[in-house]
Amino acid sequence: MHELSLSSAIVNTVQKHAAGRRVTVVNLRIGRMRQVVPATLDFYFDFVARDTVCEGARLEMEILDARLRCTACDHSWDIEIPAFRCPACSGSDVEMASGNEFEVESIEVEEDACIAPR
Amino acid sequence: MHRTKVKIVEEALDANNTIAQANRADFDRAGVTVVNFMSAPGAGKTTLLERVAGDLPGVRMGVLEGDVQGSLDADRLAARHVPVTQLNTDPGFGGECHLDANMVRSALPNLPLDGIDLLVVENVGNLVCPAEFRIGEDVRVMVSSVTEGEDKPLKYPLMFRTCDLVLVNKIDLLPHLDYDVDKFLYHLDHVHPDVERMMVSARTGEGVDAWREWLMRVATGDRAIA
Repeated sequence: MHELSLSSAIVNTVQKHAAGRRVTVVNLRIGRMRQVVPATLDFYFDFVARDTVCEGARLEMEILDARLRCTACDHSWDIEIPAFRCPACSGSDVEMASGNEFEVESIEVEEDACIAPR
Repeated sequence: MHRTKVKIVEEALDANNTIAQANRADFDRAGVTVVNFMSAPGAGKTTLLERVAGDLPGVRMGVLEGDVQGSLDADRLAARHVPVTQLNTDPGFGGECHLDANMVRSALPNLPLDGIDLLVVENVGNLVCPAEFRIGEDVRVMVSSVTEGEDKPLKYPLMFRTCDLVLVNKIDLLPHLDYDVDKFLYHLDHVHPDVERMMVSARTGEGVDAWREWLMRVATGDRAIA
């Protein structure tokens, strides 16, 4: 959802850190709960990256499972379908340990080779 | 040429969250409680606002109306004698299907913040996108009408999970539908256990008193942390 504006957001974030260097890879961490379609993100990223240091960069996406943790009994579980009641104690005070991320984790950039002293 | 890895670890939607926080600071300074009001198109948001606008004793309410185009909803609410500002997402924003913090910020100069205690932002009708974008609100309320089916919490978990109150609207139509209220509540309780919910009919007024009282509590009491 909104992969076009998400792509813009990625390019903006990456440009800040690339500091003019050409970007070859953008490593993303995307939680399952964020409603992002990877193929669509790839598609729009290619467009948005044109004429920027991100042009031609490859998106690598680590998709994170939606992992919940019950604050009452500390039980943790992964969800495939939206089920937020604790299966161990039926508690309702549940937090998302992972699944909500939409992060640029790191990038790979090209740098001029250094001439190291022998 | 060699390749270097640069560690970033930054939330990509930081920009929206930063602007949302700035909005929240402005609302706090003016002493205005903000409700982000969301639902699918046609669930009954505007009608539920018509029912309470201008009828909150001791609480001055204003509305920021979000629509892709037109001012139909704003016109309806203006007739209730509350300050209403229309925000169209089409001109200047490309017809966005949701309000974001930047759009709301652009409307701030037109909002009479000094003259109101409560601002209801009626978001664009959409069960998907508005859930993703904070706008600087204190609380989030959604409307789920009985004509939409019992499975909606499972299909749109983010929206149902992000809200502090779920208004189940159009209950006057239940005799004409096969809608199973218990099944809806069962799904709701799995997606957002124990979330506050109210059964209402904006058309007949059933349950609207509880909605009115909830708004007044939120406007005058401690701000809920959204």
